[in-house]
Parts: sequence; structure tokens; C-alpha cells
Amino acid sequence: MELIQLAVGGVANGCIYGLVALGFVLIYKTSEGVNFAQGDLMMLGAFVALGLGNSAQMGLSFWLAVPLAVCIMFCVGWGVERVVVRRIFGQPQFALVILTIALGFVFRFVAGSIWGYSPLVLETPFNGVNLRFGELVISMADLLTIVITLALTFGLWTFFAHTRIGLAAQAASQNQMAAYIVGIPVMKVNSLIWGLSGAVATVAGVLYATRGAIDPNIGLLGIKAFAAAVIGGLGSLPGALLGGMLIGVVEPIAGRYAPGGIAIMSPYIIMLAVLVTRPGGLFAQIHMKKV
Amino acid sequence: MRVVFKTSYDRDIDLHEHGLDRGKMLGLVGLMILLPFLVNDYYLAEAANTLIWALAGMGLMIAVGHTGQVSLGHAAFLAIGAYTDAALMNAGVPFLVAFPLAGLLTGLFGAVIAIPAVRMSGIYLAIATLAVFVIVEELILLLEPITGGVSGIAAPSITLFGISFDRYGELHNFYWLILAVVILVTWGYANLMRSPTGRSFLAVRDSEVSARAMGINVTRTRALAFGLSSGVTGLAGALMGHYIGFFNYELFSVFISINLLLVVTIGGLGFIQGAFLGAVLITGMPQVIAILRDGLNASVGVDLGSIPGLDTVLFSVILILFIIFEPTGLYGRWLKIRTWFELFPLARRDMFRRHKTYLKTERMK
Amino acid sequence: MSLLEVEDLAVHFGGVKAVDGVSFAVDQGEVFAIIGPNGAGKSTIFNLISHIYQPTRGRICFDGADITGSKPQDMARLGIARTFQNIELFDHSTVLDNLLMGRHTHRQSNFIQDILFLPSVRREERLHRERVEEVIEFLELEAYRNKRIEGLPYGVRKIVEIGRALAIGPKLILLDEPASGLSVEETQDVAFWIEDMRRDMGLTVLMVEHDMGLVSQVCDRVLAVANGKPLAQGTPHEVQADPHVQAAYLGTPEEVAV
Repeated sequence: MELIQLAVGGVANGCIYGLVALGFVLIYKTSEGVNFAQGDLMMLGAFVALGLGNSAQMGLSFWLAVPLAVCIMFCVGWGVERVVVRRIFGQPQFALVILTIALGFVFRFVAGSIWGYSPLVLETPFNGVNLRFGELVISMADLLTIVITLALTFGLWTFFAHTRIGLAAQAASQNQMAAYIVGIPVMKVNSLIWGLSGAVATVAGVLYATRGAIDPNIGLLGIKAFAAAVIGGLGSLPGALLGGMLIGVVEPIAGRYAPGGIAIMSPYIIMLAVLVTRPGGLFAQIHMKKV
Repeated sequence: MRVVFKTSYDRDIDLHEHGLDRGKMLGLVGLMILLPFLVNDYYLAEAANTLIWALAGMGLMIAVGHTGQVSLGHAAFLAIGAYTDAALMNAGVPFLVAFPLAGLLTGLFGAVIAIPAVRMSGIYLAIATLAVFVIVEELILLLEPITGGVSGIAAPSITLFGISFDRYGELHNFYWLILAVVILVTWGYANLMRSPTGRSFLAVRDSEVSARAMGINVTRTRALAFGLSSGVTGLAGALMGHYIGFFNYELFSVFISINLLLVVTIGGLGFIQGAFLGAVLITGMPQVIAILRDGLNASVGVDLGSIPGLDTVLFSVILILFIIFEPTGLYGRWLKIRTWFELFPLARRDMFRRHKTYLKTERMK
Repeated sequence: MSLLEVEDLAVHFGGVKAVDGVSFAVDQGEVFAIIGPNGAGKSTIFNLISHIYQPTRGRICFDGADITGSKPQDMARLGIARTFQNIELFDHSTVLDNLLMGRHTHRQSNFIQDILFLPSVRREERLHRERVEEVIEFLELEAYRNKRIEGLPYGVRKIVEIGRALAIGPKLILLDEPASGLSVEETQDVAFWIEDMRRDMGLTVLMVEHDMGLVSQVCDRVLAVANGKPLAQGTPHEVQADPHVQAAYLGTPEEVAV
């Protein structure tokens, strides 16, 4: 029973990792770049929702504050692409890695300057609401996290597989020049995807905040989410989610049954194992350069 | 404009193309040797710190700048170097043995983890190194008998042939020791880059498939580069340990990895000189900020000290500006300025225009 | 005696038979071309010979030894050099360094000697440089010696790539579309160089080429392929006259009529 209880909490946790990982995958799918500021976007999203919703701050209704925060963060993501990322178009992948790491620090500084560095709690209508299934206790927050994550992943997957713009985005990642030639507005698509990943990060941030206090350093969770994305294969949306859940479940179980320190290392050990055995991730796309 | 007449292939093989260049380099080294007589102890300690950062930067430059392997976890190698050196010396091994051994062991560790990692391309390697970093950090805590766990470990003071090189007691000597290490490593690095090994690094960086067609074993070359890179970083870590004196795992945070990346990127990727320029910037910035802070506080009463994290964000903004406007770094900018003066008034804006490249996936489907 | 023998070579990617049952032999000192329409599998044959792909079926023999299972990095040491269709040079290095990289298989020093730059390393460097200077002289690249690849015109890069392959000091050189994108004059230069490689350097040349003018001018024998299958083999004239080849390039007469 304890194991199941741990696993349920782990799945919910894993969903958060998965959602942040989705953000990585979105951007990787369209530009083959990696946004190392994804965790910090999540943090910023959570704080924006908190700033709008908490009674001590703007005091809007939770159900109004969250969509508003999502919209604001969409604009932030979109703006980051327009103002910063677009300028390094054509530079090697590595430039984006360093650029986004630096952006992460800037986000952290912004959040710290506005909301301070001590932990804050997001007020939600379901703070402390629990559901009981026999011996099993599931908090409302956990349940919501799982449901919303599944819905969002499915939605994004459909978007990429079936809509014109989703397909355009994929095409842009595979050959920018060719995408231009067939008339895909590569730049616009990129901006849109960055906006989208900002929005997804906000959802992840809000869900994270429903489960505990937040401070400007929670963005470091991005590193773990990163492991999740890599385990799933950087180009795969369902893979990211599954990778996140795997980490989410293994962590608490390792913490309970394995010697100290293993729990913290476990996501990375799994990731390294995956990288060594299947360098492209569990849901790998074939890597080979044509000459 | 200077014209160099070459009368022998040796002129291309030599480290300096021109006698004047060699003279400038010797002058710089001379100045560095005389530094203890020119500045007070505070600035001498800062100079020592800068040299240690330059050493670590050179380590990372081998991987990032010259072989194209991005590492986000080089702080792990600093840590391994520092702990190995300190632990060996605490066990009674003399510095002259412990120090090279620290570099060697760190290098071997780097090469070993690089062997599976080299199968991964670009971004995946960066992530793997990040993972290795987290694991090393945890291992330091777990290996408490050797590393002192959370409470940390002391790096004993150095004595060579009866002469003390203590960081506090004999700062001059300690500085000269670091300088000697840095000069040796720089010389070796420069040699490497004019030899077949260095060329194979560049080949692997620029085109893997071509490198193979030239008969270069890509896996072995990458592992060698990564091993050398982590070895040099390990040496820097050992010196850093002595510089700090008493340290625990917190000294080697992920921010140190990022700062190291900053050193090589802002300094100028692919140039040994870049590591030095980057190191000067990263160790000099906090000083400049401190001076500015005091100045502002005294003159207009603005207290910058009350804003936490200002240093980090300033670094970040500088980094962003460099990546956007001058991806070749400080050294690249310097080369452009020098060319402009040499050609004056013939230089054209166009000469330095960057070539745009379009992303083409390496995925086949 | 043939230098390179390819027997019943085939490679399948998933269900696609990119190359299917190709056999040919290139004699010592011969200039041999593979021609065919786009997507016929010419470049794939090259990639199989240089072992970037592993064949699904078939055998590759070079200089009397079976080299089918070798690695791509073994080719240079065996004496097989190649160029690439879409130029794969080391963009951030100078022409000289690019050519010196071609000397990699001839290096004697290890990395420790390199770090110390022992006198032996310097001696070796001088020797490599002399070999490379011969290539520079042969291909008339003197003006570009210290220029970085990134800024060079396409035609020059194409030639630098041939130079880099020559610097390896190979027995067999594989040229993947050496004349594509070149002007008429440049193509003429390439034709003369290929002649010289054969005559003065004793090289064997295997090339993929679309320019039938160049092929007729320099090649002894030609293999035509289409859809991964061999169509005809013989002198350039015989192959050009072959009805199967004409059909593959122009469509069959019936198709034309419709």
C-alpha cells in the first residue's frame, strides 16, 4: 500500500517534470535548440499567477488569475524569441544553450527582485482538499496535476501531428532553408512555439505551486525535467511525459528504500544509462548525417 | 601593415610568426613574474585567483573551443582535482607527487566518462556532463571519510624542497608557483595546437564525417580531448583548493560550471588567449562592481548592496550581449580592431561580416 | 589486376533498396566513372565503399584484401581517399591546415610528444609540410594557402577538398561529383588534374559525375546505374549508346510518345 501511495505521489510529481520537459521538446522540435531557461520560465509563470491571484497581492480569483498568467507568459516566451533568440539565428546550437542559461539567471533575478527570495504559497480553492479511495489518499492537487498534464500532452501531440502550423513547425526544424523556400514563415513559427512553451511552463508552474511553496530557485527543477526529456528522446512529446513520470516514480521509491543520496542521483543515473544504451533516448529518432 | 617574409617552413611551425610577437610575449611573462613587487598582497591574491581561473578556462577551452564538446559540468573536475590533491596531501603525499596525480586522475576520470559520452552529439553531451556533475556532487557527500562530507576538507600548505609556498604566509611564492603551472600548461597547449593532435581536435569539431575520412578515430580523439580538458581543469581545481584553504562541496556549484563557460565564451572560443581574457573579466568584474557600489553609495546614496544577485545578473546580461553581438568573444573583437588599424584606412565593414548558416537537421527522418 | 573489386553490393534502408546487386572492378591506374540519374544510388555506392554505410549484402575487396567489415576511419590508412558531394571541409581552419589534416595517417608522434613539441615532432611537421606543398603546387592553391575556408569561393573549396584527399597519399581516390557547380574553365582544370593524377601520380580514380563531357574526356570505363541496379558497363561511348541507359535518362520511346 505504501508503495502505491508513493507511486501516486511520484506520478503527480513526474507530471510536473513531464510538463517542463514538454517545453524543452516543443522548442527542440522546431529549432533543434535547447532552452535551458525552461525551468525558470516555469518559476516565473508560477510567480505571475501568484502575484495575480494571492489575496495579499492583486487578489484576483484563482480561475481568472491562472488563464491570465498563461497569457502573460505566452507573451513573455514570444517576446524572448523576438527580442533575443532571433538574433542568434544561424549560430551553433551551443550559443542557444549558453544564452538560455544566462536568461534563466535573469528570470531568477527578476522574480527575486519582485517577490523576494523567501518561499511563498499560492492560494488555491483546493488547498488541502484530499480524496480517499479506501486506504489510498490522493490530494486534489495531485489529481488535477495528472489530469491536466495528460490533456495538455494529448493536445500538443495533436497540434504537431495534425494541424498545418504544427507540421510547418516540424518542417522548419528539419531544414530551415527548405522550409523558407516552400513558404513556411520560419520566424513566426519559432515565435509562436516559444510563446507556447512559455504557456506550458506556466501551467507546470501553477500545478507545482498547488503542491507546495515556491521560491525563485525552483527553476533548478528544470535540470531534472531535462533528464526526463532526454530519457524520452528530445523530439518526442509523449516520450517527455513518460520520462518525467519514470523519474517522478523512481525518486520517492529510491528515497524510501535505497541508501541516502541515491534518490537525488537516480534521475541522472537513469538518464546516463539511457544515453549510453540508446543515445537518442527511449523514443529515439534516427540520428545520422547524410553526405 | 606588417609583411612577414617567410624563408623556411619553420616560420609557420614556430609558436610566434614574428620576433616582435615573441618579444611581447616575453615582456608579458616578465611583467607577471615581477608582479609581486609591483602590487600589494590583496591584488596579488586576486591575480593568483585570475591565473587559476585562466587555467580552468584553458581546460574547458580544449573541450568547448577546440573540440566542440560543450560541458556544463566542469565544476565536477575542479572538485575532483581539489579533493584528490587535498586528500593525498593529508595522507602525507608530497605536493610534487599529489598535484600531478590529481591532474592525472581527473583526466583519466574525464576520459572514462567521455568514452560513452562521445557517442552522443552536441547537446546530449552537454546534458550528460551536467548529470555527471550532480552525481559527483552527491558522491562527495557520500565519501565522507575522504572528503569530509558537508563539513569539508583542508588543503595543507605546500612545501617544496624546504621552501614554503603557503597561501597566506608566503603569498609571493604561492603566486609564482601558480604562474609556473600556468606558463607550463599554456606552452603545452600551444604546442598541442600546432601539432597533429591539435589538428585532429579541430577536424573532429568541424566535420566528423570528414575527420573519419582522414583516418581520424573520432571516439578516441574526443576522449583524449575531454581527458586533457578535465586533467587541466583538475590541476586548476587543486590550486583552487590551496587558494581557498578550507573548502567543501559548495565551492564547486553548478554556477562555477556556468562561470567557466562564461570565461571561454566571452574570452573567445577557439583561442587560448580567450581563456585569459575571460578569466580577467570574471575575476575582475566583482571588484569593479564593488568599487562602483561603494562609489554610488557615497555619492548619490544608492545602495546597490541591498539588491541580492546583482553580480550574477550583470554577468548574465554581459554574456547575452556578447553572444548576440560578438560571438567570437573579446579576443575576436581584439583581432578585428587590430586588423582595422593594420589596414587603416582600407578596412571595410564588410570584411568582418558573419556568414549566416541555416540549420539543417542531422536526423534522417 | 584490379585494385578495387565490388561484388554484388546491396544496401537496404528499411524497405528501400538504395543499392541492389552492383558489381564492378576498377583496375590499377584506371579512371572509372559511375553515372546515373538523380537518386540512382551513385553516392550511396561511394558511401558503401568508404564504409560510412555497412552493406546489407556483398563484398568489397581492395588491393587483394577483403575490406567489407572495416570502419570509415580505416580507409585513409588503406589508401582510399574521398571527396564529398556537398563539400565537407574544416571550415574554421586555413587551407594549409586542412591539407595538413589529410596527413593524419602518416603521423608518427603521440600526443605527449606533441605537447612537448619534441624536435622529432618538428622534423615530422616539416616533412608533412613538404608533401602538402607539393599538393598546393599541383592544384595551384598558392594564393589561398593561409586563407580560412569559410571565406573562399565554392570552386576553390571544391579543389581544396581534392587537395586534402591527395594529401592523404592514396592509391585510390573517390571523387563525388568533382565538377558540379564549377564553371566550364574550372571543369577543364579538373579534367587536366585527373589526367595528371593518373599519369604522374599513378593514382586510380573512381568518380561519380553528371557532366558527360568530363566523363567522356577522362574516363576509361563507365558504369551506369538506375534505381540502385546496374544498367550497363563499358567505355563512355558504349554506355552512352546503350538503349537501357538512354531509357533511364530520357524515358522509354513509348513513354515519350505518350
